[in-house]
Amino acid sequence: MLEVETNKLDTPELKQAREALDAHVREIVEWHFNPETGCPFWLDYASRLDWEPRREIKTYADLARFGFFQDEHLRGGPVRRWVPRAYSDRPVYVFETGGSTGVPKSRINVEDFRLDYEAFSHTLPDEAFPRGADWLAVGPSGPRRLRLAVEHLAQYRGGICFMVDLDPRWVIKLLKSGQAKQAEAYKQHVVEQALTLLRAHEIRCLFTTPKLLEAICEKVSLKKLGITGVFCGGTEMTPQFHRFAVEELLDGIHFAPTYGNTLMGLAVGKPRLAEDNYAIIYYPPAPRAMLEVVDPADPDRIVGYGETGRVRLTTLTREFFMPRFLERDQAEREPPYLPYAWDGVRNVRPFAKLETNVVEGVY
Amino acid sequence: MLHIPLLRRGEPYKSLDVVRVAHHRTREPFVEISQANAGLIRRDLASQEKSRAALAAFPVAELIEMSVRASEIFAHDELPVGDEGQTPEQYVEQVSATTGLPFVLARRNMEKIHGALSQMESVLRGLTRNLDFSILDRGHGEIEGQVMSFFPRAQSLGVVLPSNSPGVHSLWIPAVALKIPLVLKPGGAEPWTPYRIVQAFMKAGVPREAFGYYPTGHGGASEIIRHTGRGIVFGDVASVSQWQEDGRVEIHGPGYSKVVIGDDLVDEWEDYLDVIAASILDNGGRSCVNASGVWVTRHADEIAEALAARFAEILPRAADDETAQLAPFADARVAARISQMIDQGLQEAGARDVTAERRVASGAEASGERLREWESCAYLLPTVVRCESASHALANREFLFPYASVVEVGQDELPGVLGASLVVTAITRDERLIAKLLASPHVDRLNIGAIPTNRIGWDQPHEGNLFEHLYARRAFQRASAAGAT
Repeated sequence: MLEVETNKLDTPELKQAREALDAHVREIVEWHFNPETGCPFWLDYASRLDWEPRREIKTYADLARFGFFQDEHLRGGPVRRWVPRAYSDRPVYVFETGGSTGVPKSRINVEDFRLDYEAFSHTLPDEAFPRGADWLAVGPSGPRRLRLAVEHLAQYRGGICFMVDLDPRWVIKLLKSGQAKQAEAYKQHVVEQALTLLRAHEIRCLFTTPKLLEAICEKVSLKKLGITGVFCGGTEMTPQFHRFAVEELLDGIHFAPTYGNTLMGLAVGKPRLAEDNYAIIYYPPAPRAMLEVVDPADPDRIVGYGETGRVRLTTLTREFFMPRFLERDQAEREPPYLPYAWDGVRNVRPFAKLETNVVEGVY
Repeated sequence: MLHIPLLRRGEPYKSLDVVRVAHHRTREPFVEISQANAGLIRRDLASQEKSRAALAAFPVAELIEMSVRASEIFAHDELPVGDEGQTPEQYVEQVSATTGLPFVLARRNMEKIHGALSQMESVLRGLTRNLDFSILDRGHGEIEGQVMSFFPRAQSLGVVLPSNSPGVHSLWIPAVALKIPLVLKPGGAEPWTPYRIVQAFMKAGVPREAFGYYPTGHGGASEIIRHTGRGIVFGDVASVSQWQEDGRVEIHGPGYSKVVIGDDLVDEWEDYLDVIAASILDNGGRSCVNASGVWVTRHADEIAEALAARFAEILPRAADDETAQLAPFADARVAARISQMIDQGLQEAGARDVTAERRVASGAEASGERLREWESCAYLLPTVVRCESASHALANREFLFPYASVVEVGQDELPGVLGASLVVTAITRDERLIAKLLASPHVDRLNIGAIPTNRIGWDQPHEGNLFEHLYARRAFQRASAAGAT
């Protein structure tokens, strides 16, 4: 278990962050439950409560009164019920998450993705991701937030973003139906397009997923092609992959692992320290979103630092209010690390599978 | 805790991704095993030709000598396992710890591997049908005036290994002497044996580059098979199905091995009871060469009863008990599910668990239950099911413990009714039946006479001939030195 000196957690920075979070919660609840600004979903929800959220939610802890947000609320329409009245005349995007089977979860966006990626941009070192440099994004686009977010990041930093698309739902379908060769051929099709662009243009910055990064690095040296920074995310990343990328794939190119999802926004990775041994540690973009690690059997209880639990996400923006959603992920709880004066998560990964498969026969 | 690293071209590599495997009895973590990520495996396999060049630099004759040296090292030396040492006795205890195999059976498997290594020359002679090994060194040569040329079909052999019994590792060992590097994915509960074999080979002088050892998940295993020129995959029907149509891959699925008694000798069935019982029971019933069916033309009831009477006496014993015959299940839930599967099969009319009645009658235990908890471990007691019909759901099944059906069929139905069988021991002198068995494409190994199904001659091919899997013969002509036009 991780040892944390408790007095280090009782600092002015943390107290200030907590107060800012409570104030932000009051502002967001006021916004979403005010008939002038709120969205139909939450206004309808409030009309069926015997308490008044705008009056009774004073702190982040008070959000427990909402129980746990159900992902079914986000599956299916009408999607307009999520658009705050204050934004009814603004252009609205819709982004999806999952969707390899059944109805995907969807979240509306007006400019949250821009705000998230602009905040993230300030954490990127200019020497690795030079201002004005052009980017290549190789990965899921389509209904996903990444399709606009990475391009916006490049533009925000003064660059132009080339795009190569990959449809992960098709890959999953191929693999589930035992068509591994087709899946491999599709991956190579994506990689070839990326290599063509990398060779034809002066691209310095790359966004891609862990698997595509491996596949690209099997074909070329990104360093020789002039890449100086790799921003990697979109799927689960393990410490071993992190180490492998740094030690064997990238020849010293700056590697920025990230964790984002449509419901939360974009988390920031803790800078790589030797003592973390390539653990992937993220801090949510508080107060716009909070990640907590809770006891799976009692999701009201936050586990101790270093302990493993289920990830609980709360999103608090003017576009989207989602209190206490239990993700299908597990992680270790990580103590604050300034300037992130709130909890982080270590090594997010899918929930451990508990079922056993019985194999028939001996061989 | 003991840690087993990957071996990347023979060099240890400690991964940040580890799996802990528990001791089957204490349930406490016993060993930590480094796990390879798929990209790392692919990266290493990108330079397979270097591994092959390092190994191919040695003549086959020298590699045979090294194999013989490795046999002694494997059986007697202290060898590294991660950062620690491993004596032969520790190896036996470690295999037992994670698989449940009693020491006595682990030692017997150790002897089997020692035998395969020490007899490498005769193993290769059998596989190559007495080829002059120098032909493999030069690439071509002449035998009795006939020009021969062979080329390797692969730069390395990828093997996805099982956990059920260490003896199966004897099957891939000859690849080293045949100059083909190995890329091994050990079974989740049995990392020990392939690691020790590799260490023995390296100590005997085989170049380190010839060995890749990658504990990994399903995805990593697929990468190994996809990126090595030739593969061997051990697994159940579901897990090997993706390779079914791939000619580069040899599949070792369930064996469904059987003892058959022909009409001519079936009246003397009592004379063969020892052979039948050994075929079912030896090695805790954990090998694909263990019999899982006894198919006879008459006396099925008596044979089932006689086997059940013997099996009812067999009970769980301590891992270090020299008379132990059963292995507990490392995961008790697996034992429970297997027992349920058999019970479900018994719901269908026409089958009876003959051992259940005997277990009660023997008085050895109060209950007739097949699933037995003993010293906090789950065991499945030997089980004989008398099936009235060959089409019964339990007639042609195989499980990871001593299980056999006894089925009565007409002589004319043999051998078609048997289905695919890795080993058939046919107790008969009937030349017509023997001829039919010899002609059957569904019988992989055929024993005529009272030979236990699990007695293996290593110079014989097993589910395909490893030499033919790894080498192909080409047409070859060379102009004389004087120069032909």
